[in-house]
This record gives sequence, structure tokens and C-alpha cells, in this order.
Amino acid sequence: METQPASTHHDLGGNPKYRCTAVEPENPALSDFDKRVDALRVVLREKGLITTDEQRMKIESLPPEEYFGLSYYEKWLKGMAAVLVSRGIVTWEDVS
Amino acid sequence: MALREPAPEHVALLEKLIGALTARGILTEAEIAAKKSATEKASPQTGARMVARAWTDPAFRARLLADGTAAAEEFGVSLAGNPPLGVLEDTANLHHLVVCTLCSCYPRVVLGFPPHWYKSAAYRARAVRDPRGVLAEWGTHIPAGTQIRVVDSTADYRWMVLPMRPEGTEGWSEDQLTALLGAEELVGVALPKLALAKVA
Amino acid sequence: MSPRYAAGAKVQVKNNRPETVMRLHLRTPHYVRGRQGIVLRALGSFPNPEDLAFNRPAPAKVLYHVLFEQPPVWNEGEAGDTLLVELFEHWLEPVES
Repeated sequence: METQPASTHHDLGGNPKYRCTAVEPENPALSDFDKRVDALRVVLREKGLITTDEQRMKIESLPPEEYFGLSYYEKWLKGMAAVLVSRGIVTWEDVS
Repeated sequence: MALREPAPEHVALLEKLIGALTARGILTEAEIAAKKSATEKASPQTGARMVARAWTDPAFRARLLADGTAAAEEFGVSLAGNPPLGVLEDTANLHHLVVCTLCSCYPRVVLGFPPHWYKSAAYRARAVRDPRGVLAEWGTHIPAGTQIRVVDSTADYRWMVLPMRPEGTEGWSEDQLTALLGAEELVGVALPKLALAKVA
Repeated sequence: MSPRYAAGAKVQVKNNRPETVMRLHLRTPHYVRGRQGIVLRALGSFPNPEDLAFNRPAPAKVLYHVLFEQPPVWNEGEAGDTLLVELFEHWLEPVES
């Protein structure tokens, strides 16, 4: 574990940093932002414009402070935007 | 607990992205709204009903274990375009716990949105290494002689647990049995338990 | 596509760490690398996620459910507890009995 490279911070199974971190059983409701990001992802996926795998890779590429600091759907949004720009479906200027 | 609000720049990013996609004729706001509405309908009720049926109908139970995707179709839930569903059978000697250590893969079509705790770094890190400690967070205790099998959703399948039917439910209707099951029971962090008895 | 490994086959996960050399998208968690397990069953063939992640042609690979004992992986844990992980064929090697 100690030799695990930083670029794989998403590969969390067994990570000893969390051995004393409580898993809080609460499940707060998703916001409209969350659901809108989720819906956008599914629409894009069903149109064949993004794959889950591409999106995952972009999310894994986020630096640790973003990977662990942003909310789940903020990461999804950033991942999606990165895929669409990579594929040339939108440009970085479109989203700046 | 309330979830942290998204940062303003991400709210802006979402709208710019949708704006660009609509301007280029790639999708419409109506499609997004329709998808949002359809997705909100998915819930653990579906998985719960499937398990309740399996508890009362041995032939369906066999079909569910053999092919979760086809069994879901019997409940009017299509997994078309979605990953296949696998169902994990608990026995007296074997208890399953589902996790996705690499991200947060979850059988959404039959269980709805993954719970916040399922997506947390703590769950993803600890479930594979200290499943008994994680279950203790829910007050769930599995005896030492019973194997805990932690199922890491690393690829194309999505997994749901078929828990053991609790004692004392003989003669119960499917609706009553369904009420015993939520996401916690179908992921394996909790065991279905009879509620504190209502006053007769 | 016919599976190389039958149910019950002893396999070892390759000990490679190519992600230390270049950015990749891998679905083989680090905690099983180099570990021995038993094939529970083949799960079918699916396009390789390592290729899909880069939006390039993704050949289908056989996916297996592989069972590992927990205590040897972590040097802790309850004897008898196991891990069941979906792994692609190209990450597995046979183990002589």
C-alpha cells in the first residue's frame, strides 16, 4: 500500500488512511444540480457521445484535492465536460 | 447531514455545457428534463419486490439467481443499455457485501441512486478490508463462523444481494416482505429485520 | 469467445503496475495484483474498459468472477472471509496445482 503511486488515488480498496474513518449511514437527498448532471450524463451516454469508461478516466485524472474535495456530481460534471472536449463535441471556449 | 452545495463555477459550467450542447443541436432541455424525471422513479422498491418474490416463489428465485437481467424484465424493468444485473445468494454460512472500490458502480435500475455512504471514500476503502467493522456502523453483526464475501464491482456487472428470509415471516404477503427491504439490505450492510412489533 | 479458465481454476493476478509508467484506466484493483485466487465462473465477454476509456476500438475480453481469501491479502481479517472481484482474462495467469 505504501508503494501505491499517487496517480491511482481512486484505487481505494483497503487504503489504511481510512481505517478509523466512520462510514456515516445517512443518505441526504440529491439536489437539482445533482440530478441534472446525472440526467445529462445518461442522455449523452444513450446518444453514444460519452462512455462511462471515458468519464471515469477523466475523474480519476483529477488531482487528489479535487478528487476528495469536490462533490460526487461536481466530479461527474467535470469528467463529462473533459470527455466532450477531448472528443471535439464542444470546445474549451464553449465552457469557459 | 446536508450535502455541500456545488461551487458557483460548477453551476455555471453545467449551464454553459448544456447551452453549448443545445446550441449545437446535440440535445434539448426537454430530453434532459424527461431523463431526470424517469430516473427519479427508480428506487430500491424494485429490488425489494424482486427479493420478496424470490422468497415466496422458488421458481422465480432460481430465475433471479440464474439471470438477474431477465428477472428484472419480469418486473417491467428493462436493463437495455445498462449493465447486466447479478444477484448474490446469501445462505446461513455466507453473507455478501457489495462495494465498488474504484468508483461507485451500483445497480441503479433496480435500486435507484446509490446512497451517499456507498460512494464515500471510507466505505470504498474499508468494505474490502474490514467488512465486519463497516457492518458494525449499522449495528449489523455476522457471526464469526459465517463467511463474509465482499463483492467488488470492478467491471461490467452490477450486483444486488438476495438476503435470507427472516424467521417469523411465515405466511407474510409479498407487500409485507417488500417492506423489510431497502438499499441497506440489498447491498448487505444490514440484515432484514422484523420491525419492533406493532401493538397487536 | 471461449474462456481460457474453467470454474475452479486456480489463477494468479499479474503483478504488473503499468500505471506507474503512464496514465491508464485499469479496473484491476491494486489489492489483488500478484494474488492467487480461484475462478468462480466466467461472466461473459465485454469490451476492454482499458480501451473504451480512451475512445479507441475495444476488443472483447472474457471477464471472470475470481474469489480470494481476505487474510492473506491484508495480513488481517477474519479467517474464511473472502473477496469476489470481476477480473479480465488478460490480467490472469494459471497457477500449477
